[in-house]
Amino acid sequence: MVLVYIDHQDNQIKKSTLEAISYGAAVAAQLGTEVHGLLLGTVTEDISTLGQYNLKNIYQISDASLSNFDAQVFVKTIAAAATKVGATTLVFSHNQTGKALSAGVSALLKAGLVTGAIALPNTSAGFVVKKSVFSGKAFANVSITTAVKIIAISPNSYKVVGGAATTATTTPLEITVTPGQVKITALNKTSGEISLTEADIVVSGGRGLKGPENWGILLDLAKELGAATACSRPVGDAHWRPHHEHVGQTGVQVAPNLYIAIGISGAIQHLAGVNRSKTIVVINKDPEAPFFKAADYGIVGDAFEVVPKLTEAIKKMKASA
Amino acid sequence: MKILVCISKTPDTTAKIAFTDGAKKFDEAGVQWIINPYDEWYALVRAIELKEKDPSVIIHLLTVGLADAEPIIRKALALGGDEAIRVNADSSDSYYVAAQIAAVANTEKYDLIFTGKETIDYNGASVGGMLAAILDTPYLSLVTSYSIEGNTSTITREIEGGEEVLTVNSTVVVSCQKGVAEQRIPNMRGIMAARTKPLKVLEPSTADTLTSIESFELPAPKAGVKLVSADNVEELVKLLHEEAKAI
Repeated sequence: MVLVYIDHQDNQIKKSTLEAISYGAAVAAQLGTEVHGLLLGTVTEDISTLGQYNLKNIYQISDASLSNFDAQVFVKTIAAAATKVGATTLVFSHNQTGKALSAGVSALLKAGLVTGAIALPNTSAGFVVKKSVFSGKAFANVSITTAVKIIAISPNSYKVVGGAATTATTTPLEITVTPGQVKITALNKTSGEISLTEADIVVSGGRGLKGPENWGILLDLAKELGAATACSRPVGDAHWRPHHEHVGQTGVQVAPNLYIAIGISGAIQHLAGVNRSKTIVVINKDPEAPFFKAADYGIVGDAFEVVPKLTEAIKKMKASA
Repeated sequence: MKILVCISKTPDTTAKIAFTDGAKKFDEAGVQWIINPYDEWYALVRAIELKEKDPSVIIHLLTVGLADAEPIIRKALALGGDEAIRVNADSSDSYYVAAQIAAVANTEKYDLIFTGKETIDYNGASVGGMLAAILDTPYLSLVTSYSIEGNTSTITREIEGGEEVLTVNSTVVVSCQKGVAEQRIPNMRGIMAARTKPLKVLEPSTADTLTSIESFELPAPKAGVKLVSADNVEELVKLLHEEAKAI
């Protein structure tokens, strides 16, 4: 059985979870087995609708100790549940939660783990999963050599496949949960912001924008596109933008459908964080900027003139569509 | 308080990524090796700051690697730390590495274990989580600030769309990222002192490997950029809509 971890936040199932379910369903089809979900805690959303992603059933553990996230507690609970239901392949999204959980579950079950997976496993000889390595500069094909396998699929790497006319059943699962030692004392949400790793479109700015006071044109473009905003390392280091927006080898690695780089020269460390983006647009006044070599589309020009015009043109296109 | 900082050796961020031996091995020719930036800039520097505040703090540095990892661990000692341990083994499987660190931690009884959030070569982001699970301690991943008062650690960690602040009173494994500390440059005094700091070499404990790398691939090169005139942004919008189907 393939078991997919159903990650949720604020009572809602995350988009990255839908990708993980779609991926898990494809793995199950490939292995000739069923796909089930594992939900820790409760959500208000009607989870039977997850059947449209071909999820057959959801095992739910609704112990009060699971209302707050604690990796130590969750890892033990997931490992016990996976053993109890006889899961042979576990799938997580390699989002923030998946990064906290998949490794621990791997260690407890002694089940080989591939994180940052970007494709379905090759099961023609063994069980080989392709993952991104060297911060996006290369791929590795990693063989899992244990009976139980764990895959953490990179966000935005597998398309959500929905539309099946089925509903998922829910099966309560009894697992003894040991309360944890970590206490959450504060939760700071940057409300209204689109999550950078989950975003379809990312608009990113560099030193070419000259100062934080000039970010308005970039924010306008991002708003028009429903995009998340990002920045290069020098911009983060200079505190023009918050640290969590820094995209690159030592920051966040993203793989959106569309990455628009404004005033970023394209140092190799920056490219490492973005080169899995499907389409890259570069706007830079320096025609020699190395980023153009990694781009699909480019405009050589002054960002302060080009970006507002671009926002307008997109607005017009949307109005006529 | 006794702190363990886990250190990995990685290629420099500007290193050319190429493979040899039928794409089975990373091509090390001409590659400069560095301390994995997350381990150095954030994990190690934060541990040093804690020692500067409280000189009774003891810092151990640990790497799992062969003899070629020694220059890296010496460089780490030049930044700070009291002694270093190298477990003499290849480090290609995360579980194997975590099991080696756990074996040392079981003997040394650390109060706090720092790792970087991931290495910049294999991007596994796994060793910290595995280590915490083996030791059965809390695991705080993607941490952006760490402080301790008495026995209570206060930790900020990244979650989707924000961050949460937590407290914990036990031994804890913390995976560090940007925000935890600021990068430092080793000074001459540190470099001299590092020469005489103890570096212990341990033979590995018995542990399983759960994965193996079959081969590497490089991404297909881009077809080349299509340039659009700055006076014709409508053309770019049209291409993005009709050709790339990105908007």
